[in-house]
Amino acid sequence: MTADPMTDAPPDGSALVVEAFERVAPPLTERTAAFWTSGADGVLRIARCHGCGRYLHPPRPVCPACRGRDVGFAPVSGRGTVWSWTLNRYGWVPSMPPPYVVADVELVEQPGLRLLTNVVDCSPEELRVGLPVKVCFSRAGEAYIPLFRPEAGDGAG
Amino acid sequence: MERAESRAVISGVGRSPIGRRLGIDPWVLTADAALAAIADAGLTPDDIDGVSTYPGAFWSTPGITGAGVDDVRAMLGLRLRWHSGGGETAGQLGSVVNAVLAVAAGFATHVLCFRTVWESTAQQGFGSRSATLLDGGGTADRPVRFGRELAQWTTPFGIGYPCHAALDMRRRMELAGATREQFAQVALVSRSNAARTETAVYREPLTLQAYLDARMISDPVCMFDCDVPVDGSVAFVVSRAASVPDPARAVTFEGLGSASGFDEAAAMMWSRTDLKPVDVDVAQVYDGFTVYAIRWLEALGFCGPYEGTDFVDGGTRIAPGGELPLNTGGGQLSGGRMHGYGGLLEACLQLRGEAGAHQLDSGPQVAVVTSGAEQFTSSLLLGAPR
Repeated sequence: MTADPMTDAPPDGSALVVEAFERVAPPLTERTAAFWTSGADGVLRIARCHGCGRYLHPPRPVCPACRGRDVGFAPVSGRGTVWSWTLNRYGWVPSMPPPYVVADVELVEQPGLRLLTNVVDCSPEELRVGLPVKVCFSRAGEAYIPLFRPEAGDGAG
Repeated sequence: MERAESRAVISGVGRSPIGRRLGIDPWVLTADAALAAIADAGLTPDDIDGVSTYPGAFWSTPGITGAGVDDVRAMLGLRLRWHSGGGETAGQLGSVVNAVLAVAAGFATHVLCFRTVWESTAQQGFGSRSATLLDGGGTADRPVRFGRELAQWTTPFGIGYPCHAALDMRRRMELAGATREQFAQVALVSRSNAARTETAVYREPLTLQAYLDARMISDPVCMFDCDVPVDGSVAFVVSRAASVPDPARAVTFEGLGSASGFDEAAAMMWSRTDLKPVDVDVAQVYDGFTVYAIRWLEALGFCGPYEGTDFVDGGTRIAPGGELPLNTGGGQLSGGRMHGYGGLLEACLQLRGEAGAHQLDSGPQVAVVTSGAEQFTSSLLLGAPR
């Protein structure tokens, strides 16, 4: 696996990555704080309807499938596949120097359950649609930003 | 019940100067376009009893909106029975759909619709494109704030609008064999159309090689896959069909689709007419990015899902004289981002036979116009004056 210039941390499987720049911290609201702080223990949690079992992201207080109100946050495996990806070369956020990889990652828990994110610890040459990835986190303020990197053992795909 | 489409027409069209960094007060641009459209309809401002716009004065990153409904009411001294402005419409042309509904319902007789942007000048003032797009207009020495709840799902990851288009492009390239050369055709045909269009912003020739060599924004989205921010205003008058001074210049509505989603908006439009895709003589589809144009061609039924890049392959099919001339005034890619309104203006000019140097020889009778992307979409089928 190629070292990623975006992170100082070795790809040792640790769930927390330390990056050479600061990300913009999202606001921690009643609706989203549990999602953004979930990574504190290395586990990704996704909003889920306790009534029908449907995962929903971004988090919403009502389940769009059964309209139930009993929506909480459930731990997920953190595993997924790259639905698509792009090597971004434009500086959209002043503190975040390009290039970096933006990806849409589909979690294994439910078809269509996708998170917009960055893939780290992976050269663009290794990236492809369908690449298995696993979650890791980067601190931004009080938040833990969920990022993904190739699942151990997949390496060059 | 008579369909709303047959009760309303586009009686007048107007535009201000459109260009890069004009440095003109956007209210002045708006007045230029509005008064031109009203005069074109053979009306006076005293005849206007409705105003409709996207997105209005209350939703804004710098440059994306140049005037609100009430700015125009006050500036032009209008007496309104109905008005509407907002960002959560059926695409940018949802503001025109709303006007049709107001006219069909009898709430207004002549509705002024307008869209004003000053993004090019705003970018100059704020220093960069990203500075105007970041939530609240953040810069290096001004922290980004999350005024819009949606921004929290993109800003922590450094995601700009072109990244979304890039994700769609990349997936098509890996799963359906789409190539950059195919996406390029949308940009190249637009540019050669712009060369014949006096009012287009970028008119110098563009080659395939220049496209392939272009600076990447979010790979595979390059500079030429992105439309061009400009300053300018475009306006229409939507009138009660029975009340237009000059029916011989009135563009008709054959079918409207306001459903949420590319496919849904197009399907709704086709459900409201007997016309079929094969009847369409010219298409003005929303091309904020080249892949959006591809997406609309598929949604409209000109080809199947993920077949849009094959449809435009080589460019001849979508060029003037081809099976489906596309974005004949240069689109937003080369004509300038008038955000849906530019495409509707071009469609009206083509249907009236008034497009000048770039008028299609075929004398188009039916045009399709789309606006927006993802969940904010609209699709309009228009007919030549009769």
